[in-house]
Amino acid sequence: MYDTSDIRKNLKIVIDGQPWVVVDFQFVKPGKGTAFTRTRIKNLITGAVLEKTFRSGEKLEPAEVEQLSAQYMYHEGDQYWFMDNTSYEQFAVSAAQIGDQARFLTENLVVNITMFRGQPVGIELPTFIEAQVTRCEPGVRGDTATGGTKPATISSGALIQVPFHINEGDWVKVDTRDGRYVERINRR
Amino acid sequence: MPDPAPRGSPRARLERRARALAAIRSFFEAQGSLEVETPLLLRAPAPERHIVALAVPGAGFLAASPELQMKRLVADGAGPIHQITRSFRGGERGRTHLPEFTIVEWYLPGATYREAMDQTEALVRWVAERLATPGSPPRFDPGLPFERCRIPELFERLAGWRPGADAEDERFAFDLVDKIEPALPRDRGVLVYDYPASQASLARLCPSDPAYAERFELYLGGLEVANGFTELADEAEQRARFERERAAIAAQGRPLYPLDERFLAALPRLGLCAGVALGFDRLLLALTGGDDIGEVTTFRWEEV
Repeated sequence: MYDTSDIRKNLKIVIDGQPWVVVDFQFVKPGKGTAFTRTRIKNLITGAVLEKTFRSGEKLEPAEVEQLSAQYMYHEGDQYWFMDNTSYEQFAVSAAQIGDQARFLTENLVVNITMFRGQPVGIELPTFIEAQVTRCEPGVRGDTATGGTKPATISSGALIQVPFHINEGDWVKVDTRDGRYVERINRR
Repeated sequence: MPDPAPRGSPRARLERRARALAAIRSFFEAQGSLEVETPLLLRAPAPERHIVALAVPGAGFLAASPELQMKRLVADGAGPIHQITRSFRGGERGRTHLPEFTIVEWYLPGATYREAMDQTEALVRWVAERLATPGSPPRFDPGLPFERCRIPELFERLAGWRPGADAEDERFAFDLVDKIEPALPRDRGVLVYDYPASQASLARLCPSDPAYAERFELYLGGLEVANGFTELADEAEQRARFERERAAIAAQGRPLYPLDERFLAALPRLGLCAGVALGFDRLLLALTGGDDIGEVTTFRWEEV
């Protein structure tokens, strides 16, 4: 167990069965009163942030959180199926936990999954993915110099903006943090 | 653009401190108060269950506050007095806590905490007017009149319970820190007053309602900056409170300090008197808009 003197940024703790990470903390003590630690903590599952005050010496349960590397396979309803790259075990992560990152999940993509008590609680995408353009309007000749863009749907399902010279069937590199087109890539 | 370095240049920081110290002295001089000095090395610090006086082997204790010595001076006829000095408190270190800090403490014979609150507000405004620093706006607007809130009503509204005479120590402090302080207005000074009798410290109980003590605290931009009382001048009651504090200290397994019998003997001569202690470094922090006490001290604690 931790106690309040162990509190520091990034400490992971369990409160009411949920894993939280300490985002910020402060020693507080009314002039004539006892000491406390005021924290800002973030729920590792929901992302909710709240302020919580701990009494000095209060015991805190460590959250055993681990990261594992897994390959995305397919989705069925709101279950997304992955395979653990070490144990080859397959498991599902719910759409709620993946959120709008789902639009960048391409088949065989390797992601980091955060596990808490054997349950997946969140995924972390690689910064860049490679995906094939499945649908977009044909390029407009002579318009490349303006740096204009057009909408395109990629194989993972995301709708992104690409330059005019990109066509259906092209492979592109995309930044998963903001959905930005990075470059066209050559791929057989 | 304001200086991106949070502490500014060393010279600017030193000048701010010097200007604020000069402003405090000029305020009290204009009020006819006498500047005094009392010892930092004490034989018998006030027993307070949540304040640890640091022991100096073979010599005594470093003062956690100049309170008892200043009251002895008032009891012996010194009149209105003030002091800017250092205080030391064991185990206190955080963004707004230092084990050594500068304290401004003053006493107003013949006054109650009401006049002391007015004077505290006037002092803060006086210093703010003389300290205005371009590029570092205060945490609050010193031009706005301070808000005044009674503690029982504040708790009722923000914590859902009304602390009575025997409000339990830890529950009171927890809700103060967890529910009251974060909800106080930040744009202006706030004076909270009428603490439950269990939190009286060295304040007298309200003559009209002894469930509450004539004690106040000042918050600036959410930061607790000053604490004041109508001083308890009843020797027997003071001795009983000291004994309760000593019992609580003993229960924590901490060593007991000797009782200050000279202070207790002087109390009956104190008469009606108000006193205030103000954290000078926190006042500077509130007036210059920082959020770490190390931004306003001469050296950061870690650099000492």
